[in-house]
Amino acid sequence: MWAGTPLFPERASTMAWRVDALYFFLIAIAVFFSVLIASLIVFYAVRYHRQTPDAVGARIHGGLALEIGWTVGPLLLTMVIFVWGASVYFAMARPPDETLNIYVVGKQWMWKFQHLDGQREINELHVPVGRPVKLITTSEDVIHDFFVPAFRMKADVIPGRYVTLWFEPTKPGRYHLFCAEYCGTRHSGMIGEIVVMDANAYQAWLSGGASEGSLASAGAKLFADLACNTCHRPDAQGRGPVLEGLFGKTVTLTTGETVTVDEKYVRDSIRMPAAQVAAGFQPIMPVFPETLVSEEQLLELIEYIKSLNALPQVQSR
Amino acid sequence: MATVALPPRHYLNNGYGIASWLLTRDHKRIALLYLAGVTFFFFLGGAMAVVMRLELATPAGDLVTDETYNRLFTMHGVLMVFFFLIPAIPAVLGNFLVPIMIGAKDLAFPKLNLFSWYIYMIGGLFTVYSLVTGGVDTGWTFYAPFSTVSSTSNVISTALGIFITGFSSILTGLNFIVTIHRMRAPGMTWFRMPLFLWSTYATSLINVLGTPVIAITILLVAAERMFHFGFFDPRVGGDPVLFQHLFWFYSHPAVYIMVLPAMGVVSELVAAGCRKPVFGYPFVAFASLAIAVLGFLVWGHHMFVAGESVYSALIFSILSFLVAIPSAVKVFNWTATMYKGSVSWETPMLYAYGFIGLFTIGGLTGLFLAAVGLDVHVTDTYFVIAHFHYIMVGGTIMGYLGGLHYWWPKMSGRLYNEGLAKLSAGIIFVGFNLTFFPQFVLGYLGMPRRYHAYPPEFQVLNVLSSAGASILGVGYLIPMLYMLWSLRYGRLAGANPWGAVGLEWTISSPPPTENFAETPIVSWEPYEYAPRVESHVA
Repeated sequence: MWAGTPLFPERASTMAWRVDALYFFLIAIAVFFSVLIASLIVFYAVRYHRQTPDAVGARIHGGLALEIGWTVGPLLLTMVIFVWGASVYFAMARPPDETLNIYVVGKQWMWKFQHLDGQREINELHVPVGRPVKLITTSEDVIHDFFVPAFRMKADVIPGRYVTLWFEPTKPGRYHLFCAEYCGTRHSGMIGEIVVMDANAYQAWLSGGASEGSLASAGAKLFADLACNTCHRPDAQGRGPVLEGLFGKTVTLTTGETVTVDEKYVRDSIRMPAAQVAAGFQPIMPVFPETLVSEEQLLELIEYIKSLNALPQVQSR
Repeated sequence: MATVALPPRHYLNNGYGIASWLLTRDHKRIALLYLAGVTFFFFLGGAMAVVMRLELATPAGDLVTDETYNRLFTMHGVLMVFFFLIPAIPAVLGNFLVPIMIGAKDLAFPKLNLFSWYIYMIGGLFTVYSLVTGGVDTGWTFYAPFSTVSSTSNVISTALGIFITGFSSILTGLNFIVTIHRMRAPGMTWFRMPLFLWSTYATSLINVLGTPVIAITILLVAAERMFHFGFFDPRVGGDPVLFQHLFWFYSHPAVYIMVLPAMGVVSELVAAGCRKPVFGYPFVAFASLAIAVLGFLVWGHHMFVAGESVYSALIFSILSFLVAIPSAVKVFNWTATMYKGSVSWETPMLYAYGFIGLFTIGGLTGLFLAAVGLDVHVTDTYFVIAHFHYIMVGGTIMGYLGGLHYWWPKMSGRLYNEGLAKLSAGIIFVGFNLTFFPQFVLGYLGMPRRYHAYPPEFQVLNVLSSAGASILGVGYLIPMLYMLWSLRYGRLAGANPWGAVGLEWTISSPPPTENFAETPIVSWEPYEYAPRVESHVA
């Protein structure tokens, strides 16, 4: 029973060692101060134990040098920890330029994955070892949290937003995926596995899956089925903005504000088109609620719009 | 000690009927009313923890259903936070001691004080009503949109219970602030006040300024459930993360509402236990105020992985490190107070030792969580559970029990069984560490909080934790028994059983209803013990 009990989680991403190094440093600090305080308490309690019922202590009121010392010392130490923690966080927050992109949709109580090539998975995600992976996540209902302890990676998956995470697996294997934000009755059942495979096995897995065409092509079909193309035409003659080459650009709104066309702007423009209308256009676009376009279909549309860019597939695989 | 006798007239024999308690305006009787209330909610919340720990002894969710488990941890949190930890020290010990420590006959607003207790009990009854009619499954944090859209449990009645109880905190805080400003006896300057009053004062400021925010937040949740306004609903343009900002704007300062009074108690215990002034009195006093102020500026550290921008995360990270400094200053000063003291090994001091040690661990593990790159891995895991239980249970409850043991002879006029008291202090210390230390390891391994079932490799640590919880439970039951026993059979305490200084030890035990026959004139510094009597023991 004891033999199977680890004290530290596996390290299976490039980030794992960086987080663990900071963890060990903090353990050293915590042990040092805990032992210091505990030893002083025990030592003083024994050394100065009350010997007669009426004995009183020495009349010592304080010492300025000590006060300054134990204010400034810990302050400097915490600033070191702050800078270290911040540098690790920066590395977590910035994905590399070239990533394998995968969409994640959380819902009560499962994880759904969409690969750009069209493979779909539930509660299991296959990725190749040694390549940075970027996850673009959203939720269909409440807040969830995508947590892979072996990668030291965690982020809330928030309805109405696209939160991204990235990791680079360093070791083939199967790793726990947990939902770490309480999400209702079967929260502890909202678990899965990340399967990290070597390059050959991953290729075999990719070709083995029955693919219905890429995510972007599914989006293109949907784009036509929903008749989006009657207004969003490539020739600038439509009643809506041209979408070719739009993703990633900055557009000016009727209010004079500017926004960057990212996943969230595309999403909001489909769900709540009247909220942020591009300058020069009438607010005539109909609303597409969940009953018409699901979260997963939204992602297909987003991927299709990305694919319309002049430089095709820049940030995809 | 042989000549000790109960005073002929004291607050406990000033009327015996039920009305003499339920309509009392005496701050000491109201303190005992609160004592009954918080003890009830503590054992109710504790019973839920026991069932949870039993469930977690095995990896599978087999003892209770997931729906029940979710209701257990929600109610455990709601009861312990809002109905025990927040009111315990201020409403019981604070109520009893604030007027006595400044030489006053009562609080500034005695009727308001009684009214606060009724508000507290009504809020508690609402919550118990929610519990017995099906419970609530949102977690004590009520995160939207789960609480506003998804949950089908008794969110509104629980929210109302918390909303109502909040007014008890606000009014008690107001009462203490006015009392401390206006009713100090002649000569009782701010810097002659016992440090317990400084921390009670700082706590009251947070209560008055922060509690309205949670009241508004919780009302918004109820309103959103009833009328679907959509403040927190992204489908209509709302933002669920806004809820978290509002919630933590109160609920992080609430951590200091819970722990500052315990720090005040420990200052008293250490001074009396060492018969010596608290080392660096002004630093300890101002540290309380610094914690109260900085505590309002760190709420964002609960949201490092919740879609906060990188730069706000950095700002909240650095502020969180800053709020750790005044706490560290307090720990160093308490420890330094022991140097050349006349150090006691009596029960209250044992709790003070326990508090300092456990609070130190709780505080240091807070640094892990403030370091934003490390927080990403450990937040929402058992590491956080362990950390805040070291602060809340290892800190606040240790302080509360230490204070209760220290002032019990004053409150009841009688002494409890010292041997049993030491034994149970030891049991609590061991049980506490066995319960919560393994949870640090579990959290770093990646076990998320609020999990009804978990992977089998986490079992050993969970079994250790559950074993510790059973020991801890026994440790908490024993004091209740010997304290009740002492009410009738305990030896009489006399006015000053500890040989301590402070106005409360100058009056009889139990004190008369009016506390002081004549208003005292304070001409001495705090913790002024007589010059050392040199002993001849080597």
